[in-house]
Amino acid sequence: MSAAPQRAKAGAEKIEVIVSAVLPLNDLVTRFEFKRKDGNRFPTFSAGAHTVVHMRDGDRQRLNPYSLMSDPADTETYAISVRRDDEGRGGSLFMHNNVKVGDAMEITYPVNLFSLDLRAKKHVFLAGGIGITPFMAMIAQLERSSDPWELHYSVRTEALGTYVDQLVSKYPNKVRIYYDDQSQSINLENLLDGQPLGTNVYVCGPKGMIDWVHKTAAAAGWPDANVHSEEFTAPQPGKEFQVRLCRSEKTITVGENESLLEAMEREGVDAPFLCRGGACGQCETNVVSSDGEFIHRDHWLEPDEHGNKIMPCVSRFIGKSLEIDR
Amino acid sequence: MTIQFNKETFRDDYSFKNSDWAIQRFPFPFHEDSYMYSVNMEQHRGGPAGSVYEKRFDVDEHYISEMEDRAMVLADDPLRCQSLPHMTLAGWDLLELIMVSKSEDYPDLFELHREGDIWRWINKPMGIDDTFTFLDETTLPYGPMEYITRQTQGDFCVLDQRDDNLWMDAGMVTTQADWSLDFDIGMNFFEWHAPVPLAHEKGIFKRALKFLLNIQQGAPARRLNWTMTVNPLLDTSPENYHKWGIQKTTLTPENIGAKQHLRVELQSFFRLPRSNALVFPIRCYLIAFQDIVKSPKWGRRLHRVIRDLPEELATYKGFIDNRPMMLDFLSKYDDGLPTSPGVFPDNETEPALQK
Repeated sequence: MSAAPQRAKAGAEKIEVIVSAVLPLNDLVTRFEFKRKDGNRFPTFSAGAHTVVHMRDGDRQRLNPYSLMSDPADTETYAISVRRDDEGRGGSLFMHNNVKVGDAMEITYPVNLFSLDLRAKKHVFLAGGIGITPFMAMIAQLERSSDPWELHYSVRTEALGTYVDQLVSKYPNKVRIYYDDQSQSINLENLLDGQPLGTNVYVCGPKGMIDWVHKTAAAAGWPDANVHSEEFTAPQPGKEFQVRLCRSEKTITVGENESLLEAMEREGVDAPFLCRGGACGQCETNVVSSDGEFIHRDHWLEPDEHGNKIMPCVSRFIGKSLEIDR
Repeated sequence: MTIQFNKETFRDDYSFKNSDWAIQRFPFPFHEDSYMYSVNMEQHRGGPAGSVYEKRFDVDEHYISEMEDRAMVLADDPLRCQSLPHMTLAGWDLLELIMVSKSEDYPDLFELHREGDIWRWINKPMGIDDTFTFLDETTLPYGPMEYITRQTQGDFCVLDQRDDNLWMDAGMVTTQADWSLDFDIGMNFFEWHAPVPLAHEKGIFKRALKFLLNIQQGAPARRLNWTMTVNPLLDTSPENYHKWGIQKTTLTPENIGAKQHLRVELQSFFRLPRSNALVFPIRCYLIAFQDIVKSPKWGRRLHRVIRDLPEELATYKGFIDNRPMMLDFLSKYDDGLPTSPGVFPDNETEPALQK
């Protein structure tokens, strides 16, 4: 039908915000709080959701996804916690170094790719480092609905234990902290053994931790559907490469420190996206022809699609020529 | 504008009728002279003033009568409304979405006053003025989904999202085109669509599911679907097939213009904020053949669509036996002239019937 045709815009709907607080939590992590510029309330969100923060860095636009970690019921303020990545492409450095209270920014509506399974009889959270952020919102939501949960949180040192004090003092019987520098680690086999039927496990942290949890749970006979993970793959830097966009009739160069998606946006090509982390599938693009090697970094494509599809938000290419349907 | 609510029935004496206003704004589903399945989604962000696409939840002259019909269906068969235990939060999401939308879109008919979690809801057409505590089920006479959908036209499927699929885990379904919530409850997207012919082979459902899984907060979508119904029946459920199925044999060349109705569903899709569930309102609009053909363009086009529809689809939609009689009637309104593109009747610009 075409009752009132409107062209769909790339990405989620945006909200104009003002930075209302910048709170360094430790050497690496800073908390940023936002209020709406128009004074209205934010939409309620479901725990586990993220927002994509738009940063205007000179003439460059940076878009990074961050988990919303405030209480989902609090529609006055949204909060994110950003870990500084000195080796990354610069988004987190920009947040740490340039963003000040009072700045105007744009963020997207919440998008949830890591939601709670509300059928669960119990929720077990496994966090590694900055992976704590989605669980802060999940804990707030489950406390409100009085659903059972527990958290096992692995951090490097006491000094880098983001939100450890707050969690331990508020929920002393539900939170256990593991310090790497004291050689403490989660005893996962033991932990999984004996959980009540209908327990769901959620893991957020480094890739190695996520793989370990999936593997260990599978070996212990847990159904896949009861083990949830979220891994934001930040786009990694890589060698410059050229790509032909056949629908837009453009040939563009993807720089070392930008993703293929960002390069297309820079060239004014309106490419679809949502998570910008290789997880949602929205930016999937057909490869028309290629002579070279793909560096697939997404969590979306099946192995048999690796020759004819690419996720421009995180994946790259090395070789002679690449032509994609965009 | 102030809506004059009809006093009418969708059963027994079938006093349902569309005013000229309702006929003009009817969501005619064919944008060209032929029809085939497609993932015909678009954003649900308003539409032409006065059209059924304009508001998030359209309220029209049939509102009161439709709600009375729903109450009768539920009294006979409570299983038309079901919500699995984990869907209560989604029910509150839906209640909030509808109350906020209706009070903003129809301030003369609906009011919502919120003081923290204490909410007062005023539904003037239905004479309701209730104060309750948001997220506290003990303060409402029904569960949140049932409470608000007893006051909102259209069926509602509330779909849980998990394991990269959608699950029919709650719903209020009393105006359906021959499917059963009680049968489908707990099924996933592919399971409840299993009976649809042709579309699976075309990969329609895989693409549709992918689209739906990605529907985001603040960005609802919509599409139209259609079928045929003899007599203006809202409740064409499998549970009551023994009552309405036989009515399909009562068509005659004399009564077909009044009895045969085109049944159109305006389907919309909203992401729900707290539960991350998806709500799928299915709003049913009925129009008699004799009212459709008042617009020359619609008369010409409906004839061509019904004439050329693949046999599988005419069978699935349940009118294969009556198709010859429908075509005898409709062909009188098709003079072979071309039609303008799009769904709207264009009565000012389209030529009058040339025969």
